[in-house]
This record gives sequence, structure tokens and C-alpha cells, in this order.
Amino acid sequence: MTDLAQLVPYDEALSRYEPVIGLETHVELGTTTKMFCGCPTTFGLEPNSAVCPVCLGLPGSLPVANRAAIEYTIRIGLALNCSIATWCRFARKNYFYPDMPKDFQISQYDEPLCTDGWLDVEVDGGTFRVGIERVHLEEDTGKSLHMGGATGRIHGAEYSLVDYNRAGIPLVEVVTKPVTGTGARAPDVARAYVTELRDLLRSLGVSDVRMEEGSLRCDVNTSLAPHGAAEWGTRTETKNVNSLRSVERAVRFEIERQAAVLDAGQKVVQETRHFHEDNGSTTAGRSKEEAQDYRYFPEPDLVPVAPDRDWVEQIRAGLGELPAARRARLQADWGLSGLEMTQLQNAGALELIGATVAAGASAADARKWWMGELARHANATGAELAELPITPAQVSRVSALVKAGTINDKLARQVLDGVLAGEGDPDAVVAVRGLAIVSDDAALTEAVDAAIAANPDVAAKIRDGKTAAVGALVGAVMKATRGRADANRARELILERLG
Amino acid sequence: MAAGDAGAGSDLTRLSAAEIAALVASGDVSAVEVTRAHLDRIVAVDPDVHAFLHVAGIGALASAEGVDRKRAAGEPLGPLAGVPLALKDVMTTADMPTTCGSKILEGWRPPYDATVTRRLRDAGVVILGKTNMDEFAMGSSTENSAYGPSHNPWDLTRIPGGSSGGSSAAVAAYEAPLAIGTDTGGSVRQPAAVCGIVGMKPTYGGSSRYGLVAFASSLDTPGPLARTVLDAALLHEVMSGHDPCDSTSVDAPVPPVVAAARQADVSGLRVGVVTEFSGGGSQTGVQARFTEAVELLESLGAKVVEVSCPHFTYALPAYYLIAPSECSSNLARFDAMRYGLRVGDDGTRSADEVMSLTREAGFGPEVKRRIMLGTYALSSGYYDAYYGKAQQVRTLITQDFEAAFEQVDVLVSPTTPTTAFPIGERVDDPMAMYLADLFTIPSDLAGNAALSVPCGLAPEDGLPVGLQIMAPALADDRAYRVGAAVEAALEQRWGGPLLAQAKELREHGGESR
Repeated sequence: MTDLAQLVPYDEALSRYEPVIGLETHVELGTTTKMFCGCPTTFGLEPNSAVCPVCLGLPGSLPVANRAAIEYTIRIGLALNCSIATWCRFARKNYFYPDMPKDFQISQYDEPLCTDGWLDVEVDGGTFRVGIERVHLEEDTGKSLHMGGATGRIHGAEYSLVDYNRAGIPLVEVVTKPVTGTGARAPDVARAYVTELRDLLRSLGVSDVRMEEGSLRCDVNTSLAPHGAAEWGTRTETKNVNSLRSVERAVRFEIERQAAVLDAGQKVVQETRHFHEDNGSTTAGRSKEEAQDYRYFPEPDLVPVAPDRDWVEQIRAGLGELPAARRARLQADWGLSGLEMTQLQNAGALELIGATVAAGASAADARKWWMGELARHANATGAELAELPITPAQVSRVSALVKAGTINDKLARQVLDGVLAGEGDPDAVVAVRGLAIVSDDAALTEAVDAAIAANPDVAAKIRDGKTAAVGALVGAVMKATRGRADANRARELILERLG
Repeated sequence: MAAGDAGAGSDLTRLSAAEIAALVASGDVSAVEVTRAHLDRIVAVDPDVHAFLHVAGIGALASAEGVDRKRAAGEPLGPLAGVPLALKDVMTTADMPTTCGSKILEGWRPPYDATVTRRLRDAGVVILGKTNMDEFAMGSSTENSAYGPSHNPWDLTRIPGGSSGGSSAAVAAYEAPLAIGTDTGGSVRQPAAVCGIVGMKPTYGGSSRYGLVAFASSLDTPGPLARTVLDAALLHEVMSGHDPCDSTSVDAPVPPVVAAARQADVSGLRVGVVTEFSGGGSQTGVQARFTEAVELLESLGAKVVEVSCPHFTYALPAYYLIAPSECSSNLARFDAMRYGLRVGDDGTRSADEVMSLTREAGFGPEVKRRIMLGTYALSSGYYDAYYGKAQQVRTLITQDFEAAFEQVDVLVSPTTPTTAFPIGERVDDPMAMYLADLFTIPSDLAGNAALSVPCGLAPEDGLPVGLQIMAPALADDRAYRVGAAVEAALEQRWGGPLLAQAKELREHGGESR
């Protein structure tokens, strides 16, 4: 167990040790049917309603590989600059678990469909190349629900239920090569990699990549070695790190924890670790000594996969614009620096801004709102930008309202707050909260008169020609109108009265 | 009791499938009459033979009625419409239990029909019930069945072969003219041989495995058992063909097996005698009958040569690594979570404990032995030395076949080294039991076609001997052509089928009817 107090502060840890990270990402493919049968892959159906003899692993049933899933995997492999196998086989990974209908998982072992590629990711305005070891295809397991306990975990549960709807959904695993040379940027590189991979998968149309629904899941490997050491340190594998922010935190935590272990002269144990969202820590799971022997062997129920070269080239030709190219184009269109672009991407704002621009806002305005007020809101609530309950269309509408003079920037923030609070569309929020700018002279004059009457000293100074003091009265008018006054018109009216 | 004494019903049970189909098609006999005759025969002899684990009388009569209705309506009937069949209890059936001869699946009713089951139904074949077998098809005698052994109709104290021993016994006892077996290491051919009937292992992938509860996926092949070569060919044709539900199913037309069985001509055909299997490894009478069969082939115009297949002697050890490895994985799913037996689920135990207790109680000793063997062979650190090496041997055996089939059209050997051995003789000696499949295993490993036809009785015990005819993959017809020629010539010599020489079985309740 890790005592949180026994962590070495991050900068100090990096002053003594060099991290090496690696990421294994599981992606549920968005095919219409499952990997080896015709059952639908729809999320959220009644438990055990999307099942058949094959995905339930009933005696006698046999798998038949889904061609679309193989095509999607090749698409991913090509987009990650991998070589596509001319011949490869599925393998059985044997272990007993109630949510695995056959008590083996059909996966790929030493013959993955795609190997040896790379993905460039943007960190701090620069490009960092992450090597891709392999991309392989397998089937997902069912889902265990542990009932009757306080935590929803198996320990303390009274009984467990299994939903096999997920069993047999095609799952792609993307494994990086060990990522070295990141130095202190290891957590940023990890996050940027998952972000880039997610955007890539989305643009390829192979998955809806919803981390919250588990269609994208990450395992993060981390090791530390003293600077200049000839060999890498012992790695730990933190399982099921399921948000971009958590990926970053998990790497950071493991660096701080492992540094403490090494500082104390102890050895890092090769083990799997669990990540805890609440405090960003990891705790020990299975150690290597207890690790399973999966007894992999080629799946005899399936024939080898031998993708035709023409087919592969056809898939390559249909990849479309990949995120890196799209980013370069948008960067030019929007007139941004590389660093600004990286910031957008790391904040997960790129697609949102793109969609906001598509909805009519200027790029500058879209960027201002998403990276300003909305980013602050996301940080404050610990959410990803994309998870905020506001759409690019709504942000675009707010921008349009500002441009039309209906509201100003300050009021716009209140409108955004209202939308985020679920009060409806921007127009509804403006109406209900009464946020439209008051530029009507009749309404303003009343406030101006009241301000003058309440501040005779200031009024006297202005009458004496000290017009710089007008700001104080404008402020009073704004306060009285709760920011809704058209400040310029208010200034004019005050000067008219006292001029 | 003599065959004719039990009335017309008994006569129908003596007919071949081809004869029955012709009578049903012409309307001379109804499918219901045929079915009833066979159900009566089962009632009369199965208490002694114990070929069946489940008899589906009502269902069988209903499908027979369906055939009769179709005929009455003038609809076209398949070549085996109205012919009764015994189905090995390893093929799933939506209307009957499927136990695989195991306690762990006692009472399990699958929600679906195997492809073979469905094809039989579609063809109007009447399924009488499910036959006994060695548990999960692991064995050569049916003694590994959790429901007790079947008995050889030639001598009830002896084994009917295995694992498809219930199917071979049912056909030899005239309980059904046809049966389905599955061959993984010889499980169709060896029981056919020791029961004096015909059994075919088609080319791997020639008949669908969908719904065949897997023992060893890369080897399992459903095949026909019958009393004549033509009947086997007719059933072969009905049950076979590409199945999109089985990835390993061959996407090619079914070889013309029925035409070949009718051709029954070997003149000019090159026949290879496998050197490694024609030496001293067999029982004297088996060897004698085999030598005679080879001479017969020569007299029929075949050109006989000796062919060496040097790696065949390594087939048995390779098989006993590959088959158990696959079985250790295939049988993992019997974990008490979703279907079948569940032991120890009293609310205090974890899923892991219930799995262990269930598998401990549900599997018999031979199944456990093979699961352990296979688990070991696939273990990290041992894989290359065992499973990996066995796969290399498998490749060499396939190459031996390829080289041999460049010289000859078919290869021949005895089907099994001995005649039927007494029940109980080998139960405590797994190695002796495994040797029963010595000659059949190479074709399973290579995936080619192989047929067993009766070639006489061993003089020393008066029990049937089988001749194995091995043909290249997808040339199943060649095996039938040779088998039918041998059958015709020998029946002429014997004055009738070999099975006619078997002692009649006592019919229970026969006197009172």
C-alpha cells in the first residue's frame, strides 16, 4: 500500500530519475455486429438481451470473424503507420472468469494484425513521436455487477450478476513501444498520446471513443531509473485509467511513488495497480508472481486472416483527412501558433472549436469562450471540456448575441453559466435572467440621474471639467443595472447632464 | 430368436437406408411404419446393447408423419426421407438433451440445432434419439461414458468401440440403419470396424462442426455410420457441405460420394499399403484379413504397392499432445456459471470454488487426465517442447500423405490393431486404450478422408475386422469407390453381408407381443 505522505515531490523525483512509460489502449469498435456473431453492439440494452449461442459460448457454437472489424483494425493500423500482416492468426487466451463465456478470450498473441508504427503527438508546441508496437483485435468480455456491497466491488458483495451483452464486442488493443526521453513531460506525453489516439480513432469512424462508457480504456505502464542508468527500471501497470486527466495523474503519481520506493533503497515490484479517481493514487493489484499463465495457442476454430494487398490499399486510400493534417489546416485557417494549437488540442477543445466555427462563430471568439470561461468551468468541476453540458451551437449563439450587441462579454459569461446550469438555450437564459443590454435612453437616464444624485462629489468634479472621474459614475450605473447598461451610452448621458 | 419371427416390423429394420428410402418414396411403406419398427427394435434390444442415452419416440414419429404428409401431397422427398437415424449425443438438438456422455451436461437442453442436425431434419431423416459415447468423445470403448458402456452386438461382453460406440452399436444391432458419429482420432472408423459396419471420416471441414460440442477443434469431424457403403455415402452427401457458421468448413462442392459408391470399381487404381502399419503391430487375425483384402484389391484390378510414411509412427504421441491441448481449452466453459451441473453453490462459496467443485464432480477420470495433459502441454515454458513440437510432427505427417498420394490413389491399412476387446480389459491402462486409434490418427492429424469397411472376421475370436481406406483431402469419393468394390466382392464371397454372421440378439418383451 502506498502512504500518500511517502511520495517524492514531482520535480524532485525528476531531478534524480528518468521515467519510461508505455500505454495499452483498448478501443471498442463501432461495428454494427459483434466480433464473432451477428448480435448487435448497441450500448445500454436490457442485460443479456443481445446474446446468442456464439457470444454466450454455448457448447457446440463456433465463432466466425467479422470482416468489418478486421477492416476497422487495418484502418487503425494504417493511420498509425503500421505494417499490416499478410497472414496472421487469432489465439486463445485461457483463464477462468464468470464474465468470460468460454473461459478463454479470442485475442491475438504473437501474430498481431498490425505492427511497428508511430503516432506524432503535440506537447508544448513541439512534436513527440510515440512508437506503436502493435495493434491487435480481440473480443470483449461480459460485465460483472457485484451486488449488495457498499462499493460495487467484488469484495463485500453478496452476489454477482453478469451481463453478456458486451461479451464478443470487437475490441482493438493499441500498444505503444516504450516511450523514452520524455523527462518531466511524461504525464503530458501520456495524455497527449491518448488524446491524439482518441481523435484519430474518431476521425477514422471506427469507434465512438467514449471513455465514460468504457469504449476507450487505458492501461498505463511506468518505470523509473536513475539518470544515466544502463537499464530501465521495473515497470508497474496501472489498469483501467479511464479519462485523459486520469492518464496524466496516474503517470505523475507512479513517478512520485516509485521515486520514494527507490529513494528508500527498495525495489519497485512488477505488478498491476489500480487507479483511484478520487485522490489520483494507485494501489497494488496482482503481482507478477501471481500472474496467470494464459496458455496462448492459435485459435483452431478460426482460419488465418490474410488481408489481400489490394484490399489494404483500398482501405488506405479511404482513410480521409487525419487529425494531424486537419490540425495543420485549421491552424492556418485560424491563424494560430503551434503552441496555441497544442493548447487547444490538449484541452480537448479542437473539435469543439471547429464545431463552434462551423456553427457560425469566428475562430477567435470560439477559442476565447472554450479556452476561457468554459475551460475554467471544466477545471473547477474536474470535467473534460467535451463533457460540459453545452454544445458548440450554443457557444456560437452566445458569440452571435455579443456580436449583435444584445449582450456584452461580461453578460455572456452569465449566459454561459445559465446554459451550463441547465437553464436552457442562450436566448432562453438571456430572457429569463433578463440579461439583455439596456441601451434605451429612458431606462438609462433614470439610472444616470440616480448615480449623479447619489455621488454629488463626483458630479461636482466632472462639472469642474475633471471628466476622468466619469468612470466612477458609469460604474455606479453598471452596478445599478447589474451590468446590463450599455456603458458607452451611459458615459454619453452622464457627460450630457454634467457638461 | 430369428430375425423373421418378430413380424413385419423386424423386416423393416433389416433393410438398408437406400431400400427404406425407396419404399417410403414409392409409398409401399410409410415413414411412420419404418420409424415404429425401429422404435420397437430399440425397446427390444437396447436394454442389453445400451446404444441410446435418449430415445425421442414422439418426436421421431412426428417427423415421420411429416415425411408421409409430404409424400401424400406430392412434394419432392430427399434421398433419405423417412429413414431413421441415431445421432451421437455430441451434436446439439433443440428438442432433446445433449449430454456428451458427461455428468456435467446431464439434462442440458441446447437452445439450438447443430448444422448437421438441421440438415438431417431438412432432408426428412427421422432422428430416433441420441447415442451413447465416451465422455466428450474421449475414448475408444464407450466405457468413459458417465452413463455406462454400450455393448457390442456381436458379443455383449465386448466394447462396441468408441467414442461413437453408441452409434456403431445401434447400427449393428438394427436399431437404426444410419447413425452420425464424430471422428477426432478414429471415433467413427474404429467403432465401425469392431462392430462390422461401415464408418467414414470425411475430409476435415467437409461436414460442419457447428453444434458439435468440441473435443479437439482442429480434428473433430462428423461422419456417417451405416451397414452398407452406399448408405454411408447417401448420409455423407445429406450431412455435408459448406456451412457459413463454421469458419473451418470447406467452401467447395461435396465430392461425388454416392456416384463413387455406385461405381464400386478399382480397376487401374493405385493402392498403397502403408509399410509402417502392415507390420507386426496387429492381432494375427486382423493382419490375416487385411492381407486378404489387399490381395482382393489386386484381383479386382488395382495396382498395389507398398508406401512408407515414416512419420506415421509419431502420430499417436503428437495426437496425445494436440487433442488434449485443445480439449483443455474447449472444456473450460463447463464452469457451472451458465448451464449444466452446479455443485457447492450454497451461498458461502466463491465462483472460483463452485467452478472447481463442479468440474471435480462433473468430469470423469479420462476427461480430467486429458485436461491436465493439455494444460501442461500449453504451459508457458513447455509449449515449444510439447504443443509446438507436436504441430511440427503434424506437418510432417501431412507431408507423408502428400508424398504418398503422389504415388498412389488411396492408402490402406487395418482400421484398428485388434478386434473388439472385452469390456473392462483396458479401463485401467490408458496407453493400451489409446493404441486402438494407432492407425486412424494420421488421417485426423492430416485432415484427409478415411473410410472403414468390414473385411471379415478374425479366426481366433470370430469378431469383425475393418479395412481402412485413406484418400486425399476432398477426394472422399475415392475412398467410397474402393470401399464399395471391396464390399461387393466380399459379400459375394460371404454370400451376404458380414453382419448376417452375427448372432441374433435376445429381444426383450418380444415373446409377449
